[in-house]
Amino acid sequence: MGVVYVVTSGKGGVGKTTTTANIGAGLAKMGKQVAMLDTDIGLRNLDVVLGLENRIVYDVVDVVQGRCRLKQALIRDKRFENMYLLPAAQTKDKTAVTEAQMVELIGALKPDFDYVIIDCPAGIEHGFKNAIAGADKAIVVTAPEVSAVRDADRIIGLLEAHGFHDLQLIINRIRPRMVESGDMMSVDDMLEILAVELLGIVPDDDSIVTSTNRGEPAVLDASSRAGQAYRNITRRLCGEDVPLLELTEKEGFFSRLKTLLAGR
Amino acid sequence: MSFSELLTKFFPREESKNKPHTSREIAKERLRLVLVQDRGNSIPDDMLLRLRSELIDVISRYMVIDETQLDMGFNKSEGEIALVASIPVVRIKQENIS
Repeated sequence: MGVVYVVTSGKGGVGKTTTTANIGAGLAKMGKQVAMLDTDIGLRNLDVVLGLENRIVYDVVDVVQGRCRLKQALIRDKRFENMYLLPAAQTKDKTAVTEAQMVELIGALKPDFDYVIIDCPAGIEHGFKNAIAGADKAIVVTAPEVSAVRDADRIIGLLEAHGFHDLQLIINRIRPRMVESGDMMSVDDMLEILAVELLGIVPDDDSIVTSTNRGEPAVLDASSRAGQAYRNITRRLCGEDVPLLELTEKEGFFSRLKTLLAGR
Repeated sequence: MSFSELLTKFFPREESKNKPHTSREIAKERLRLVLVQDRGNSIPDDMLLRLRSELIDVISRYMVIDETQLDMGFNKSEGEIALVASIPVVRIKQENIS
């Protein structure tokens, strides 16, 4: 029987879908049976981030409304035969699926997979409630911005009210140089405020843009720093003890001189 | 510019890195304040009612109070939140004075 994780953040644009795709692909690369479920009905994106957008025949709404069987809607990944996606519907709205239907659907997925990863829509309304309904554990994604951390705090409160404990936090888009110069909140600043367990930190990295352009999760790119961060995160989810990614590169005399000459 | 100023410019002292008005510090402070508000607003009404009745139970062991005039609520001012209760006392229960 698999474990069901929901990836959520409250605020949009902090990297929920990217995180879901990378955790899913990372776990699949480690040989786990993985299903990813996009619950952002009306605004599906996980298919595109995974590069599976041309393979969709049926979606989650077709499954719950009985137009197809679950196995018909699951898209098998082209890179890993142990990784599947159940896409969201693009033409329906969030009320097309109920919480009870979602619980039933996840109950049907669980026996066949080691991990079910649910990509939650932004917000705290119907779509959020659906996404968390069948989950065992929750991963909260945030970024070093006042608005993102504020929404993460709200989401943490709501998750706890719904009986989720041991929440795990991913801090995305860290820019070490800016933290060092005092222009960005640090990992410790955010942990102090949110007081939840840290699952991992992901540096702001251009490779996320290029890997999303290609539909290849960065976790599969051996040279990507963000990919390394996601590889660490997936290993931690599998119970390994992996130290946090080293963010700060030692600043030498020349880079300091360059900063000075640049008028900073 | 003196030599020591020049030296400080090239090799900043430790404390100048931690000066309070970096945008990082500002972000943290604004976040702290906004969360005090958010968390305060999310206290459910039924919890307040329970607290109120338990408070009355405890205080009534020691003094007779006018429950109808009891006023309780949150006072939010910049940066903090306080629970404020005004409880009119009718008389102290003599059996509890030792």
